[in-house]
Order: sequence, then C-alpha cells, then structure tokens
Amino acid sequence: MIGLIGKKIGMTQVFDDAGRLTPVTVVAVGPNKVVARKTADKDGYDAVVLGYKDMKKVQVTKPYAGQFPEGVAPTKVLRELRDFSGEAEVGKELGVSLFEGTRFVDVIAVSKGKGFQGVMKRWGFGGGRNTHGSKFHREPGSTGQSTYPHRTFKNKKMPGRMGRERVTVQNLKLVKVDVENGFMLIRGAVPGPRNCVVVVRSAVKKAK
Amino acid sequence: MNLIKKIEAEQTKAYQDVKAGDTVRVYFKIVEGKTERIQIYEGLVIAMKNAGIGQTLTVRKNSYGVGVERVFPMHSPRIEKIEIVRYGKVRRAKLYYIREKIGKKAKIKEQLGGRKPPVRSQAVQG
Repeated sequence: MIGLIGKKIGMTQVFDDAGRLTPVTVVAVGPNKVVARKTADKDGYDAVVLGYKDMKKVQVTKPYAGQFPEGVAPTKVLRELRDFSGEAEVGKELGVSLFEGTRFVDVIAVSKGKGFQGVMKRWGFGGGRNTHGSKFHREPGSTGQSTYPHRTFKNKKMPGRMGRERVTVQNLKLVKVDVENGFMLIRGAVPGPRNCVVVVRSAVKKAK
Repeated sequence: MNLIKKIEAEQTKAYQDVKAGDTVRVYFKIVEGKTERIQIYEGLVIAMKNAGIGQTLTVRKNSYGVGVERVFPMHSPRIEKIEIVRYGKVRRAKLYYIREKIGKKAKIKEQLGGRKPPVRSQAVQG
C-alpha cells in the first residue's frame, strides 16, 4: 500500500482520448515528509508517519516539536499509514510521482458537516404523504414497542448531527498524475469541502 | 481554484466566435476500428450552452425531409474544426422555435458583411 496526504482543490471535467467528458476531483499533493517509522518489533505494527504542510516557527510548541526527529521540520498535519510499501526512510520527501502506475485509489477525508438533520435526509426514511389530509410528513414515526421492551433500543435511527465524520471512498479511478505541478485527478467525487486535508492511498480492494 | 482554471485552459480550444443562427460545418472525427475518418456535419446552430469546458453547440439540419439535431461538445478532442459558412441575423439566443416552422418561416436572415469579433475574443488572442 502506498499513500500520501493532499489537499482537495475542487472538481472539474476532462476529456479522455475517446472524447468522453469525465468528472474529476483535483487533489494537490505537496511534498510529504516521512516523520517516523513504526515497526512490528517495537510498536506492534508496521506504519509510516507522514507530515504535510510546513509550520511557522511561532506556531510550533516545544512538546509538538518533540515528536519530530532531528533534521525534520515540524509539519501541521500528521497522518499514519499502515503497511506502507516502497521506500520511506525517515526524513525523505515523497511527492505525487509515487502514484505513477497506480490505477485505482481510496480517498479518506472528513466529510462536510450538514448540521442537525431529520431522519429523511440522515437515514433515508420514506416520510409520509403530503396531501389527502395526511398530518404525517417528515416524522420518524414509532421508535419501539410498548410494555415489552418498554424502552427504545440503542442505535435507533433518529434525527441528529449529520456529516463531519471520517469517510473512506474506495476504488476511485486515478485519471492523471501530474508530477510537474504536483497534483492528481481522481475520477468522481471525494469527501470533504474544498481545501480540506485528504489521504489518498492505493486501492486496498482492487489490484493494480 | 487557479489549478482548476489551468487544467481547463489546457483543454480549451480557440474557435471563431460561433453564435446561434449561424450555419456551421463541423468536422467530426469518427473512429472505425483502427481507421479514423472525418465526417462533415453542416447545419444551423440553434443553441449554445456555455458550461466552461463542457460547452456545447446544437446543430440542426434537414436530412431527406427529416429534422436532425446533434449536440457537439465544442472542446472535445474529436472535433477537428468548426467552420462558419454563413452568419445569421437573429434576435434570440436559443432558436428552438425553428423546430415547429417549415418553409420560409424556418429561414434565418443572413447577417451581411459578417460580424465584428467581440472585444472578449480579441483580448484572448492578444
């Protein structure tokens, strides 16, 4: 598995060779630094810790800087990627060129927050009839039985805060990798608002 | 956003200023197995839809008594070129009304002496 931290720029369309328009998301991938390596002997699992986005000196607190090895400048974003294949010595910089030859990717990001939403939007409930004297429109309906069990079960789908959670979208086609300008084009939509931090990794469930 | 504009600009083709009402000749590449040939489609532009890179033009023609309309994505790599045969003089942007007209009413007056290029396209060229 290979992966990098990037920034979602936005969506556009590109033509392929056959003249078809493909919707794509532009993800800019600045230089990623390898901050640390975790090994099975010492930590119980294999992983690399990648750092993204440089920090101003005033922003760095001493405890935060302590996580970084000598010679590696502190970065704003830190992400751990398990079972990283490919070269990654501590201090090395990784760029989009890592993804050359990859066909499918998974993208992980925090989705857009939707606020407090009802059950129709949040869980896809059908809702009731709007006309013909109906007084039942967007309500959730019954949440359980009466005497027995006499309580509402845990995890009952109800209204509440929606979105702003970690979302992984799998098996997105990698349309283009531009090493020179440091971005890649991923087919379709990617979670999160514009300018949010995303993790792009090679698809776990789809072979090259 | 600049990166997106750059990606779109790379694919955008520069065309003569086509407008609804013009009669155009579209050179469209057709791939048949391994060979590639160019098909010419000539007709009246009845609509332009300006959606950035997905900009399209709808060309209508009369083929053996049957009205045929084709929508071409203007910036598609399969379009070789678009040639303006005749400038039309129209007062609206979408000429959908022409579908219901026959004979003389389906005619579009010609803009004689051509059309001045808009300032916008001059700026792009310069």
